[in-house]
Amino acid sequence: MQWETVIGLEIHAQLATKSKIFSASSTDFGAEPNTQANAVDLGMPGVLPVLNREAVHMAIKFALATDAEIGKRSVFARKNYFYPDLPKGYQISQMSLPIVGKGAVEVTLDDGTTKTIGLTRAHLEEDAGKSVHDAYHGQTGVDLNRAGTPLLEIVSEPDMRSAKEAVAYARKIHSIVRYIDICDGNMQEGSFRCDANVSVRMAGDDKLGTRAEIKNVNSFRFLERAINFEVERQIDIIEGGGEVVQETRLYDADNDETRSMRSKEEANDYRYFPDPDLLPVEVEQSLIDELQKTLPELPETRKARFVDELKLPEYDASVLTADKATADFFEATIAASGATPKLASTWVTGELFSRLNKAGLELTGSPVNAERFSGLLARIQDNTISGKIGKQILDQMWDSTASADEIIEKEGLKQISDSSEIEKMIDDVIEANPSQLEEYRAGKEKLLAFFVGQVMKASRGKANPAQLNEMLRKKLKG
Amino acid sequence: MHKNTIAEVCQNLANGDYSSKELCQHLLERISRFNQSHNAFIEVSADAALSSAEAADQLRAKGANAPLLGVPIAHKDIFCTEGIRTSCGSRMLENFVPPYNATVVEKFNAAGTICLGKTNMDEFAMGSSNENSYFGSVANPWDTDRVPGGSSGGSAAAVAARLVPATTGTDTGGSIRQPAAFCGITGIKPTYGRVSRYGMIAFASSLDQGGPMATTAEDCALLLEAMSGFDERDSTCIDRPVERYIDAIDQSLNGLKVGLPREYFSAELSAPIAAALQQAIEALQKLGATFVDIDLKNQSLAVPAYYVVAPAECSSNLSRFDGVRYGHRCESPVDLEDLYKRSRAEGFGREVKRRILIGTYALSAGYYDAYYIKAQKVRNLISQDFARAFEQVDVILGPTTPTTAFKHGENSDDPVAMYLNDIFTIPANLAGLPALSAPCGFVEGLPVGLQLVGNYFDEGRLLNIAHQYQQVTDWHRQIPAGVE
Repeated sequence: MQWETVIGLEIHAQLATKSKIFSASSTDFGAEPNTQANAVDLGMPGVLPVLNREAVHMAIKFALATDAEIGKRSVFARKNYFYPDLPKGYQISQMSLPIVGKGAVEVTLDDGTTKTIGLTRAHLEEDAGKSVHDAYHGQTGVDLNRAGTPLLEIVSEPDMRSAKEAVAYARKIHSIVRYIDICDGNMQEGSFRCDANVSVRMAGDDKLGTRAEIKNVNSFRFLERAINFEVERQIDIIEGGGEVVQETRLYDADNDETRSMRSKEEANDYRYFPDPDLLPVEVEQSLIDELQKTLPELPETRKARFVDELKLPEYDASVLTADKATADFFEATIAASGATPKLASTWVTGELFSRLNKAGLELTGSPVNAERFSGLLARIQDNTISGKIGKQILDQMWDSTASADEIIEKEGLKQISDSSEIEKMIDDVIEANPSQLEEYRAGKEKLLAFFVGQVMKASRGKANPAQLNEMLRKKLKG
Repeated sequence: MHKNTIAEVCQNLANGDYSSKELCQHLLERISRFNQSHNAFIEVSADAALSSAEAADQLRAKGANAPLLGVPIAHKDIFCTEGIRTSCGSRMLENFVPPYNATVVEKFNAAGTICLGKTNMDEFAMGSSNENSYFGSVANPWDTDRVPGGSSGGSAAAVAARLVPATTGTDTGGSIRQPAAFCGITGIKPTYGRVSRYGMIAFASSLDQGGPMATTAEDCALLLEAMSGFDERDSTCIDRPVERYIDAIDQSLNGLKVGLPREYFSAELSAPIAAALQQAIEALQKLGATFVDIDLKNQSLAVPAYYVVAPAECSSNLSRFDGVRYGHRCESPVDLEDLYKRSRAEGFGREVKRRILIGTYALSAGYYDAYYIKAQKVRNLISQDFARAFEQVDVILGPTTPTTAFKHGENSDDPVAMYLNDIFTIPANLAGLPALSAPCGFVEGLPVGLQLVGNYFDEGRLLNIAHQYQQVTDWHRQIPAGVE
């Protein structure tokens, strides 16, 4: 049987405001429990919320970056439910009139094709606090530092047809919110959280299947795994003659499975109604125009520029612009090193990324910053060193604070481009290997590599490879 | 000196006829003499009041001139007072001491007033008789068998009994005006947004508004000026300069056009009250006002709409009282649900529970459109009625209440009969308009109140009319026997 997967994502992006969405408390992560919660965050009697305009500005920027409608008049509503880490007994959110309406983003899939994913809406809301279950025996602690942190909940259309598409979309939103600097995107700290609505249906069916909502997915890798697990689970149920129930499921990364959290019947009736403590938010065109001016170059535009102006291949441009920090690093590198874009791209996406991956680091935490990295590329570009030596130097830079030039100087790694010096080394090698020379001249051209290797060894890797190759060929011909 | 109005107290303090400390001491003695029987105060802060009064006297000696320096008042126990227990009339907050002041309290502190204590009220401001207070009912000083009205019953009784010259109150559906009428004093509910709600424990956020209660309109003018103004901590507070109400009250009433809604002079109104109002109308005519009949045709929908909107908001506003962070918590909860259920079951009284249930129902899936949305539409219609009326007239006059003060227990078993007490006061809350109640006579020894409803931010005009009326009448000067 042919099954089709249907996925929609709800992404909660924590907005990078200094203070909370309805109070003046700091939003910094990691403070001692309850040190960043004031009377408003604690839901004390008589206190009132006051909207942080910065959060509204960030939501508008998101709308501009995703070509979405901007709610000229949006309304905050109360979502009522009881929970110990929800101090007021309701969450202030937006329901029927969100700040951001319909929009769309284009994602690039693994095979290089692109797909447009629709955005249903995005709305502002406050985060709840945190319940701490393991700190006190038999009791639950409540930390309200996070209560009132501004969130933008970004809801997609059910436009994705595979876990890979869902991940590509999530990465795209992640990239956008970081580009426009409204969210730090830190998934471990919960600044960027994805809930996935997953259902399956017979290919060609118009009607959507019953969906499960998967929560608690805190990395792109887990998102892919959780969706794949869930799809398998649902197909198994249906093929076994059962029915999928509408429910909320938690992803358990340790066991790589989803588990039921609550069914639809157990779901709350949230009794949404407009919050009478807050006025509707009216957005003037002048504010939109002003915010438009502050928007940086967005990933799509930057990618196009990398292809058109820097003559980079699509793939390189796409990888380099996926993340603003990477694109910034890359552009800083070519500006400072004078390296060609292609050389810089190869080094950033190849050598640098593989070392970062191995070390489990983000670019922002790279031991070699853009300035030092440029110093290295400059020497490769001007042929002071070969690429091979460059890799050795990068390894050394990784573990020290030395510049490429300092290492080249200290280790005597400067490339040998003096033809008489190279010629002498070639002559020595040919003289020492008469039988190989004979075989080569008899037609065993594969032996060229042997001779290159021998000369390189003699030069301790410093011979200019291009020069060496050309001269060696001539000499071997006799 | 307890018979002095705020205006007179200010004058006497300035003249040195008595000190703030002497006045406060005298009033505190009266409070301890009468509170046992009248129960107008939940909390008396004698020591703090006396030391503040002494400090005020010293400031005055040094030439300080805050407008209400050394003037004693009392706050309804719905306003958070830093370091002073704020119960909101509920067991839920029996031991709640706020670490902050309400903006209204801060503004009065800045104006120099001395807080003698916190006045009794219906629990969470829900009630029209003050019988819903966890701290017991309050006696109406005119007849201790009768209720003082509510929810600001303690505030009204304290002023009527001359235990304090003025108090603060809050008005969600008539909670300043109805007790003012029952106790023979003057009170004004300002335009929604004129007075900050920050630190005023919420009942129904879109209707709640704080205001002053005193013996005269002149005093209300002095107090309203002190408590009004923009507050960035309340998003619904309106950024608009505060009028000098005390300057507004001396205007002539010549040419004033007053509307008399046919719906207010209807069958619900008792004949003797109608007669008292007729006398007031004649007095105002002599002062130059002219009267026309008007229609407020959707008035009959006001009470039902109110009893959807107010409970809906209250059901959400009172969710924060969950026994987790502050307030009443049940003994040894076995789990979270038990903690919620018992803390709230024990902490809230019957009327509060009733309204939480009504409101929860009205907001529930499947009922929201039929109740909440419809009530909001009615609210719009009522506002439009008023808007049309104010194209024709400057102000609307009618009764504050359909009857005079009723006996304790009289309406306790019939919530709807109790709710109908606010039939004339609720429309102004739904529309957000300013409204004032002032004494206009007595029926069988019980005070009668007249109500003036004005256009938005027309508090000055309401106070002006009441003040001019009080220049030619002395109903507001009457003092109940037994507390003289």
